[in-house]
Order: sequence, then C-alpha cells, then structure tokens
Amino acid sequence: MSPGWWLCARASRVADTPLLSIRNLTVDFVLPDGRTSHALEEVSFDVHAGQTLGLVGESGCGKTTTLMAVMRLLPSNGRITGGRILYHDLDLLSLTERQMRAYRWKEMAMVFQSAMNALNPVMRIDDQISEAIVLHQLMNSAQAARRVDTLLEMVGIAKERGDQYPHQYSGGMRQRAMIALSLACSPSVLFADEPTTALDVMIQAQVLELLKKIQEKLGLAIVLVTHDLGVVAEVCDTVVVMYGGKVAEYGSADRIYNDPQHPYTQRLLESFPDLNKPGEVLSSIPGTPPRLTDLPPGCRFEPRCHKRIDVCAVLAPRLIETSAAHYAACHLCEAPETGSR
Amino acid sequence: MGMAGAFLVLTALAIAILAPMLSPYSPSEVIRDEEGRGMTFASPTIHPPLGTDDAGRDVATQLVYGARISMTVGFTAGLIAMFVGSLFGISAGYFGGRIDNLLMRTTDVLLVIPDLPLMIILVATLRNLELHISPLVVLILVIGLLYWTSTARLIRSQVLTIKERQFVARARAIGAGHFHIIRKHILPQIMPLIVANTVLILSTAILVESGLAFLGLGDPTQPSWGTMLNFAFNRNAISNGAWWFYLPPGLAIVWVTLGCVLLGNVLEEMLNPRLTMHHLEDESRMVAVREGQPRG
Repeated sequence: MSPGWWLCARASRVADTPLLSIRNLTVDFVLPDGRTSHALEEVSFDVHAGQTLGLVGESGCGKTTTLMAVMRLLPSNGRITGGRILYHDLDLLSLTERQMRAYRWKEMAMVFQSAMNALNPVMRIDDQISEAIVLHQLMNSAQAARRVDTLLEMVGIAKERGDQYPHQYSGGMRQRAMIALSLACSPSVLFADEPTTALDVMIQAQVLELLKKIQEKLGLAIVLVTHDLGVVAEVCDTVVVMYGGKVAEYGSADRIYNDPQHPYTQRLLESFPDLNKPGEVLSSIPGTPPRLTDLPPGCRFEPRCHKRIDVCAVLAPRLIETSAAHYAACHLCEAPETGSR
Repeated sequence: MGMAGAFLVLTALAIAILAPMLSPYSPSEVIRDEEGRGMTFASPTIHPPLGTDDAGRDVATQLVYGARISMTVGFTAGLIAMFVGSLFGISAGYFGGRIDNLLMRTTDVLLVIPDLPLMIILVATLRNLELHISPLVVLILVIGLLYWTSTARLIRSQVLTIKERQFVARARAIGAGHFHIIRKHILPQIMPLIVANTVLILSTAILVESGLAFLGLGDPTQPSWGTMLNFAFNRNAISNGAWWFYLPPGLAIVWVTLGCVLLGNVLEEMLNPRLTMHHLEDESRMVAVREGQPRG
C-alpha cells in the first residue's frame, strides 16, 4: 500500500490558492424529539484544483454531511450554524438559495454512492444527463445531445445505449453513467460520495481508474469520501480523517500513512490488512463512535483511545500543526513531553 | 373487463355526442296523436322505443340529450376534482411542513363533513344568491371543489415516498428548482395514479350529479338523467306504472358508472403492476410483468 510514484508526482504540483476552502464548518441537526445532534464541528480543509482529497472515517462521522453542507443540500432539519465555505473567495453560505442553484453542478457536482438510486428509474440516461445541461442553459438541446454522446464515450459507454433506462445498465455502467452525469456541466470540484462502495472489486478499480483519468484530463478537484484506506492511498493527495463530526487529522496522504499523529488514525491504519503480512490477526478499535446527541466533554475519541491521558476526558484538543501542512487534534501532539511519541 | 368498461363509457360518450342524430324529436317537443292531443305516459308499445313522459315528451330523446348534460357535468367536475386533488396532494407531499399541515387539515375538515348534505346546502345557497351563473356551473363547481379530498390524500402519500428517493436529492444537486423537480421527476411517477384515479372519480362525479339532480338541484331546462328521475318521481310515474320513464335513466347512470369503475380498476392494474402481484409470487410471472412494463 505504499503511495508510490504517483503520489510523489502529484505532490509536486500543489497549487498555492485553494479552489474551495472550508473553514470551521459547524452543522447541527434538530431531531424530532427536540434534541440537537452536533453532526459537524469546526471542520476545516482546503481543496486544490487538480488534486484529490480523501475524506475518511467510520460511518456516521460526518463525511457525507460535510459534502451535503458544502452543496447546501442538508435535509430540512439540518442547520449550518457556523463557519464559511469559500469557493474562489466567495462565501457560498452568503448566497440565496436561488443563487446557490446556479453553483450546483456547474461548479461542484456529485457522484452518488448508489447510482441505481440516484438515477431516475423512469428517465432515459441521455435525458438525465442533458437535463443538467439544459437546466443551466449552457447550450441548446441539440448541442446538449452531442455533449451527452461525448460524455458517455468519455466514461466508456456506447452512445447508442444512451436511450436506455437505468435498469438496463449493469452496476458498473450505472456508476459510469453517474460520473458522466456529474461531468455534464464541466464542474471544477467533484464530490464523490463512496463511489465504489456498492461495486465489486474489479468494477471498483475501473471506476477509480476512470476518475483518475478524467481528473488528469480536465484538471478537476475531487473530494473522495470513502471507508477504504487502500483507495485513499492509491488516489488521494491529501487526507482528512474525521471522527465524531470533527477533523481528527489532516495532511498529505504521504504523511498520514507514514507518520500518523492521531491515535485514531494510527488504529485505523493498523486495522487495515497488510499484504506483506498475511495471516496476521487484524486489530480493531473497541467500542463505537460517540452518539452525536451525547458527546463526551473532552476529546471525542477519548472513550476508545488507547493512549488517553487525564486531560483528554475534560478538554477537547484543538487542531494544531504538528509539522508543515500536517494537522492533528490530539493532546499528545500539543505537549510532546507528556506524550509517548 | 377493461374492454367492457371502455365499451360502456365509449358508447355513452358516442350517444351524448351524436344525440341530435339519434332522435327525430327535440327533448321538449310534445308528441301528439292523430287528433293532436298530447300523448301522456304512452307506453313503449304505443310510442316506441321508450314511450313518453307525463307531458308527452319522448323519453328516448330526453335520455340521449340527458347523456350530454350528465356526462358534461360529471366529466368537468371530475376533472376539476382531479386537478385540485393533484395540486393539493403534490404541494402537501412535496413541500411538507406548514403547507402540508394547512392543506391536510382542510382536507380533514372536508372529509369529516358528510358530502351530500354539504353539497345540497351549498348548491341551494349559491342558487339563492342569484349570481346569474347557470345551475349546471354551480353543480360542476360544487362537486369539483368538494371531491378532491381522497385524491389529494392518495397523491400526497405517493409523493411523500417519491420525494425521499435519492434521485430527487440528485435533482436538487444538479441545481433544479422545486417546479422543475415536480414536473420532471415527481409528476411522471404519479401520472399513472392520477390517470387511473381520474376515471374512478368521473364515475363518482356522475353519480353525485345524478343524486343532486334527483333531489331537484339540477337545471330543469337542461334535464340530465338525474333530473329525469326527479321528474318521474314528482309526476307520479311510479303510481302510473310508467316504468319506461324512470327505468332508462336509472340504467343509463349504472351503465356509465359501471363502465368508469371497470375501466379505472383495469387501468390501475395496468399502470401499477405491483397491485396484481405479490413479491413472493413465482418468478416466471414477475419476469413477465417486468418485461411488459418498466416499473416505477
């Protein structure tokens, strides 16, 4: 799982100004019984053009919520209570809903986890792709039809199959059609919400390969949400590790893999099978992520942490820069003399 | 069954459209014998095909012209009910929250009040206001604006499930507004429901119109089937044994409503194959159904 040449090659072209920067994003959900669920707290990261950012963490740690908050598509009981989402220095949170609509898909598009559900079952694929183009009035319908053909070809679907319905497609084809749809309006940022989770390994590889190819061709920024650390190692330039709605660690993929600072990241990496040591019993992290309505007062990982110290139970750690462009939220990194590393 | 229903409805429609060609008389024309006396309550044997009424008018002629009135009122009212019901159902289901609450509580109120007394009062009051609207228009509006409740509920429930589907979230993500989502993603999915329900509502509207007209709330100058029954009842057709006066309009009402119900049920099954099959049913049948029709 070594990041390899591919990562090194990409690290060299780090752009200086980020395309999308998320600062202290805080999202609350009001539950039907009146309790508040703190889904995201102070989430910050930058997305650069032409790069891939991986968003990893357990289920329910806020990965999808982050994407939905950035697109401003949270369910009606979700509120963005703080922070800024800067796209080219424009705060998306200051836009009205109508203005925001113009940004969706045209500037940032999304590949959904399950293409079967994200595609309308009673609309033909080409209609669904041109729907987005025509909706943004980028071109007339004849031009849009030609663009649909190009897009389908780009993702490896014969354009003759454009007039078929989603149920006539195979799983991998649907995901590729979803990718074609996401590229319809030539977005600058592509959010891929677990694009490979529902697919078998062969198709997963194909889809990732396709995303990589498209990124190289179009210079897209990709935010990849995934559980799969192998995928992250292979395609991501930077990684955000999330835990319980907060950023636990944030840095280049290289640093995160080779020198993880946060105990959660360390345990997460340990619980991933190593091809070089087959037969070894995998370690796991005992316990479950905290309930977001009922968070521990200190560090959110404290109840499950194998390296906890006294302060962890009472004080939430800040996200601090442990080395250049590598951030971690852990008391052990703050005060090296008390920590074990 | 569907064919039978379609046949019943289509023949009734054809009769309504072709009314003037089907009868040599006009509906108010008095049939006279050789000596010039009006033939009152002439039986079908004396004056074929359906005899005459108390004023000597041809019953068959009234029946075919009555088809026009009954079906016009029934169909227009049914379509209005369907339109209002769909509009309210979609708005309530899609927007939810306060709009949903407002529309559904209104629906509840209308559902709780018994429709027939309410309609009788409404029609009577509107007539007394002397608004110079034709009584038929009053009838159409009252039926149309009161019979949307069940449709609104039905459509709301369907919209509630569809709007939670991920492709609606995806449509929002591509930057679509509410109107676009409703038109392109919600409406096509509930259209089968609307079509099947319209046909069923039409039968109810015709039946209700007949009921109101029978109670004397129709337009006496433009008699529908219900008005014919009202005349027959008021003018002692029953004690005179003039069955040809009250039986034909009664059977005609049954003819059309039965046709609509048969057609509506079959349409519902055709457009929503899930109604006729069970998920545990043998596979051959499920495949056959799937090939026939892309399922929503």
